[in-house]
Amino acid sequence: MIPLSWYLMLGAGLFVIGMFTFLVRRNIIMMLISLELMLNAVNIMLIATSHYMQDMRGQILAFFVMAGAAAGVAIGLAILIAAFRNRESANMDEFDLLKG
Amino acid sequence: MLPEFFFGYFACAILGLAMLTVTRKNLVHSVLWMLLLFLHIACLYLFLNAEFLAVIQVIVYAGAILVLFLFLVMLLNLREEHEARRFVKAWQGRLAVCILLLTVIVISVYKAAVQPTGGYSITFINEMGHTKVLGTVLFNQYVLPFLMTALVLFVPMVAAIVLAMKERKR
Amino acid sequence: MSELRLLTPEIVLTVCMLGIFLSGLAIRSKGMLGLMTIAAAGVTAYLVPSASGTAFEGMFVADAYSSFFKLLFMLTLFLAVLLAIGSRTIREEYATEYYCLLMLASIGMMFMASANDLIILYVGLELMSLSVYVLTGFQRESRWSNEAAMKYLLLGTFATAILLFGIAMVYVLTGSTSIAAVALYVMTGGNTDPVLGIALLAIIIAFGFKIAAVPFHMWAPDAYQGAPTPVTAFMSVGPKAAAFAAFGRVLVEGFGAAWAEWAPAVTILVVLTVAGGNLLALRQDNVKRMFAYSSVAHAGYMLLGVLAGTIAGMQAVMTYLAIYAFMNMGVFTVMLMLENGEERSAYAGLAKRQPLLAGAMLIFLFSLTGIPPAGGFVGKLQVFLAAVDAGQTVLVVVAVIFSVVSAFYYLRLVGTMFMRESEDSVSCSASKTLLFAVILTAFFVLLLGIFPSLVLVG
Repeated sequence: MIPLSWYLMLGAGLFVIGMFTFLVRRNIIMMLISLELMLNAVNIMLIATSHYMQDMRGQILAFFVMAGAAAGVAIGLAILIAAFRNRESANMDEFDLLKG
Repeated sequence: MLPEFFFGYFACAILGLAMLTVTRKNLVHSVLWMLLLFLHIACLYLFLNAEFLAVIQVIVYAGAILVLFLFLVMLLNLREEHEARRFVKAWQGRLAVCILLLTVIVISVYKAAVQPTGGYSITFINEMGHTKVLGTVLFNQYVLPFLMTALVLFVPMVAAIVLAMKERKR
Repeated sequence: MSELRLLTPEIVLTVCMLGIFLSGLAIRSKGMLGLMTIAAAGVTAYLVPSASGTAFEGMFVADAYSSFFKLLFMLTLFLAVLLAIGSRTIREEYATEYYCLLMLASIGMMFMASANDLIILYVGLELMSLSVYVLTGFQRESRWSNEAAMKYLLLGTFATAILLFGIAMVYVLTGSTSIAAVALYVMTGGNTDPVLGIALLAIIIAFGFKIAAVPFHMWAPDAYQGAPTPVTAFMSVGPKAAAFAAFGRVLVEGFGAAWAEWAPAVTILVVLTVAGGNLLALRQDNVKRMFAYSSVAHAGYMLLGVLAGTIAGMQAVMTYLAIYAFMNMGVFTVMLMLENGEERSAYAGLAKRQPLLAGAMLIFLFSLTGIPPAGGFVGKLQVFLAAVDAGQTVLVVVAVIFSVVSAFYYLRLVGTMFMRESEDSVSCSASKTLLFAVILTAFFVLLLGIFPSLVLVG
């Protein structure tokens, strides 16, 4: 039997990869992708814990996380489309009206 | 030995695919690597006895979210990134922070173990079917957050009307 | 079934929201829809239960704490609708959607205040944040608004992901997501597990983002400045109050017994927030941005009450938030009334041109500084007293020092209003609704300052 901590470490690895990408990449779509990686990492941890605990809560929460992620991405893309009508770039650097 | 082998393969594949996803210059490639990543994660869920969530993972992530990303990349014609501006300037410091964080997390969870205290044993789930068990819990104990999720999904609809639809004139 | 009675306000507001969304097909008048929204807020506030109890197997709790916050959210909703009616940036064509998003955000906040389970907390937070992201980007033809919404969405979702990480760790630790189970676990002496440390760290960082505490504040000035002013007024009060409600419940009620574990992290946040918010506000030329940093600093004072870790501390935070709602909404209403209200020059000679408006602004600025008899003084005093009682005297001294620093930038604006002559005549909105909102908020700021017993919780 694989210990739970292996799954947790896998989740932590994926989470930190997502986090690092979010912190260093400047492309907005890339940042949205990295957020999805972070949420997936959390889901792996939740479902694994849930399985080892023989309890349903983690899986239920993972279900809600998926719904939330879908809603979040949809809103992000709506905002990006609105932004594109006004300018033609998806680089965070060119979002430079607000500084300080 | 076999479970360890499978877990090893999936863990390496997931981390490797995540790396590939976030390092590609071409956004279309990135999104396609992400598709493979999500499928691997779905397999991992099968491994954890969560068939329904594995299917949902494929439908929602690979089906909906990924298509949304692809749609946007194509629509806005963003295939190639600016070579010069891919990263923020001081990325080394952030890398150090992230590695430190990873170390802290791994050390903390290294010994983590849980007791099978819940009532949903593997045999019970196998007998009843995962979808039925999950549905029973979702629609009884967790019906309130489920209904709230309906409102959460209502927001993007309003957002699309406000932000992305054609200008509304009086 | 009787459990459902505790959820009456949420259910009523949801039904009203859907009703107003549908009636938007027939009614296109911003004023009319606004009145309907105000009526919905009024009915909801009336229905906030005075009885306490739990529903859905303890996941949803109605108590004095959550009822207070629900009334506060309805007040914020009411004022936000007044601002929308009087503002020209919110266009008639999109009025229905605007009010619906305000109500959706309020429903999310009400669930956050009542959440006794981290799953409800997460879904409520998601509902609130997603609605506020859209509101921030509401002025879709403005690049500033687009940019603010994008930054807010990215950093907000980042914070949510970190919160979820924290929840997952809590789940590993306690085998449950209920706050009561967390409290039980911590009480029975499980504070040695390293997993508890990262769970707490993740939760504190995530809420640090949501209340805009330094160093997790970087989204706040951008989002506040870029958003349409009526939205800025709403989001500087409502979501902040909701985040404090949830933060207080998780930290003080859930992790209360592990105070020694989380106190150092929150202490660092308090010092950085109070110092950073005030010092950065000093440097701002843009008035809207200055008030964004000022609200960062106010989050720092409120965190001091959370840090106390006592019921008295949370009661002080509640008092502070009630007064803060009036004064901050008031400031943004005045800003909305002046043409180019974001620029400092708009305030030059305001005392001569618009004595009433200048007088109201004076009250708000005194209140934000914490000068009696304005309400802000009472709030600060309560929080500081609670913190001293909890043995945080040094931190209170730091907060008082930076509170004095804050007087520089608040009173500089007073100076501009009263001392400088206006170079050209800046026009001022003639909207009766906005004037009503200014007078109402100014009246309450004074009233709560003179008769603090009206709002003192406890």
